[in-house]
Amino acid sequence: MAHTGRTVGRLGEGDWDGKVSEIKKKIKSILPGRSCDLLQDTSHLPPEHSDVVIVGGGVLGLSVAYWLKKLESRRGAIRVLVVERDHTYSQASTGLSVGGICQQFSLPENIQLSLFSASFLRNINEYLAVVDAPPLDLQFNPSGYLLLASEKDAAAMESNVKVQRQEGAKVSLMSPDQLRNKFPWINTEGVALASYGMEDEGWFDPWCLLQGLRRKVQSLGVLFCQGEVTRFLSSSQRMLTTDDKAVVLKRIHEVHVKMDRSLEYQPVECAIVINAAGAWSSQIAALAGIGEGPPGTLQGTKLPVEPRKRDVYVWHCPQGPGLETPLVADTSGAYFRREGLGSNYLGGRSPTEQEEPDPANLEVDHDFFQDKVWPHLALRVPAFETLKVQSAWAGYYDYNTFDQNGVVGPHPLVVNMYFATGFSGHGLQQAPGVGRAVAEMVLKGRFQTINLSPFLFTRFYLGEKIQENNII
Amino acid sequence: MAAPWASLRLVAPMWNGRIRGIHRLGGAVAPEGNQKKKRTILQFLTNYFYDVEALRDYLLQREMYKVHEKNRSYTWLEKQHGPYGAGAFFILKQGGAVKFRDKEWIRPDKYGHFSQEFWNFCEVPVEAVDASDCDINYEGLDNLLRLKELQSLSLQRCSHVDDWCLSRLYPLADSLQELSLAGCPRVSERGLACLHHLQNLRRLDISDLPAVSNPGLTQILVEEMLPNCKVVGVDWAEGLKSGPEEQPQDTASPVPA
Repeated sequence: MAHTGRTVGRLGEGDWDGKVSEIKKKIKSILPGRSCDLLQDTSHLPPEHSDVVIVGGGVLGLSVAYWLKKLESRRGAIRVLVVERDHTYSQASTGLSVGGICQQFSLPENIQLSLFSASFLRNINEYLAVVDAPPLDLQFNPSGYLLLASEKDAAAMESNVKVQRQEGAKVSLMSPDQLRNKFPWINTEGVALASYGMEDEGWFDPWCLLQGLRRKVQSLGVLFCQGEVTRFLSSSQRMLTTDDKAVVLKRIHEVHVKMDRSLEYQPVECAIVINAAGAWSSQIAALAGIGEGPPGTLQGTKLPVEPRKRDVYVWHCPQGPGLETPLVADTSGAYFRREGLGSNYLGGRSPTEQEEPDPANLEVDHDFFQDKVWPHLALRVPAFETLKVQSAWAGYYDYNTFDQNGVVGPHPLVVNMYFATGFSGHGLQQAPGVGRAVAEMVLKGRFQTINLSPFLFTRFYLGEKIQENNII
Repeated sequence: MAAPWASLRLVAPMWNGRIRGIHRLGGAVAPEGNQKKKRTILQFLTNYFYDVEALRDYLLQREMYKVHEKNRSYTWLEKQHGPYGAGAFFILKQGGAVKFRDKEWIRPDKYGHFSQEFWNFCEVPVEAVDASDCDINYEGLDNLLRLKELQSLSLQRCSHVDDWCLSRLYPLADSLQELSLAGCPRVSERGLACLHHLQNLRRLDISDLPAVSNPGLTQILVEEMLPNCKVVGVDWAEGLKSGPEEQPQDTASPVPA
């Protein structure tokens, strides 16, 4: 039953006359000739019970929903509800993403996640096949990533490539001469080494992946709801650890979902909550009481994910690099790639800590391009000195301020909240793998295919950073 | 189909002659066709009954599985007879033709049988492969990429060859001189972009690719990418209106000189 947020008095309080008139109205409406509206229309509300509530309907949330349904032991065993605040996805990181996928990481887990995602995208029409629906065209460009390294980063790049090759990624190292040979438009000044992904790397259309996941997940029986999570009701239990220290374990048993532009909310009884809210995950975590405690303790450890704004600029350069251009990531952090057939390129640069823009809105800072991005691009590709900016947009990274890698798995104290967030710019390319890992954790209790235990929440309390060497 | 079959709509989408792969069953469209999507009784039933939907889903998955079965990797054969023998066997089993160096073309007949003599000279490298109309996909290319000294490869009208497969062809860069992709429904300009590794290519056929959005412009960009290669197949005036004084339909393509 919907709650209108207004407490009604019990027997003995409240106006008796009002109640009588309401009863009279109801009796009149049952009589023939009147419209019967005894039962209110609740079709816009989420169901009252759901086994799993996924907060956030972006690519990570939908991926978790998909794998939960795929890996369930019996058809229809798990009831899943996806709560998304904005069904137009106007601010969601997924739709605004540049859409790249690459395996050139330094952590083996990241490489394995990207490799699995590449094979997922390759076989997307088998994974996400829906009867009578047209196949998905991801518009994948298999052009690869080209990472450039200066003298001081060359050794780190070599060891990274070694790890990548061990995991099965096809990456080749190139010297400046080979670079000039292959890509004559590049200026190799300051470049000591380059790593070039030959297979399974490139960029694709993230919106298509999102719609494909949505379609498949709806056909598998997952329910969607447009609303905002405003409250968690949980029950606590005091327990003793093995060293006889008292610890309070919480279990969320109800989620209040508030409808858009109204005070109406629906309490959804649930068993498991998945936090896939992207840039706003820390707000959801704070609602569950994560981080309320003295700093330095496990209770006081907040989820260190915050929104960071990143701008992407689109420009036109008629004499620019040709069709074979990979996504080039320069030594300065600037990156660019081709877009379509018409000599359009898009790219940007991650600002330094001091230059971080205010994430309050998604306004693009054009001066940043003029001062901080264009000089580096023009240095690396001389043809870009005569470019003309066509348009730009901005999106949020769900930036993990601790070590810029994702948070996956359950919280140690709020035992039924699972995280799938904080990927700081590579959430889209790791979404299929992470979704499967979280589904395995929920259904089987442990990671089965890719071991993501270094990505658990406890590392924030223990201070174990898993740092990635290159972040675009 | 002709009028007499109209009354048998019930069976039309599934058992209509030969099931031509997963595209028919999934209701999926090859880029050419099926603008008029008529709702058949089966599609109607699928919307109302879970059992029918589950059955069609199962049949769709089975079609995909069949393609995977055809494309498994013949590692045991490779250990026994070497990479050239295993690769040749794979192509012949799919229905393609193989030419060893200094030997004649080996083709299967219409029943799918082919002569087994090539096992005797399977140390001889394979020079040319004609895999037209075969069901080769990304995994099946494993067997093809073993043929290190392949000079000519024809993948015409292969319905499962897509952009991912093209990105896998770079190991053949040293030897491949001739490549034909005519008529592949899933190859687009994005896959053609990763052919730049094949610097020894002398002849590339990219005619009749329905998924390429702008054939004239793509041809120019591919020619720029592979300067030593003769790129065949696309008429420059394609997409332009007749008559040089009229505006070109597509402003991205240049007006022919």
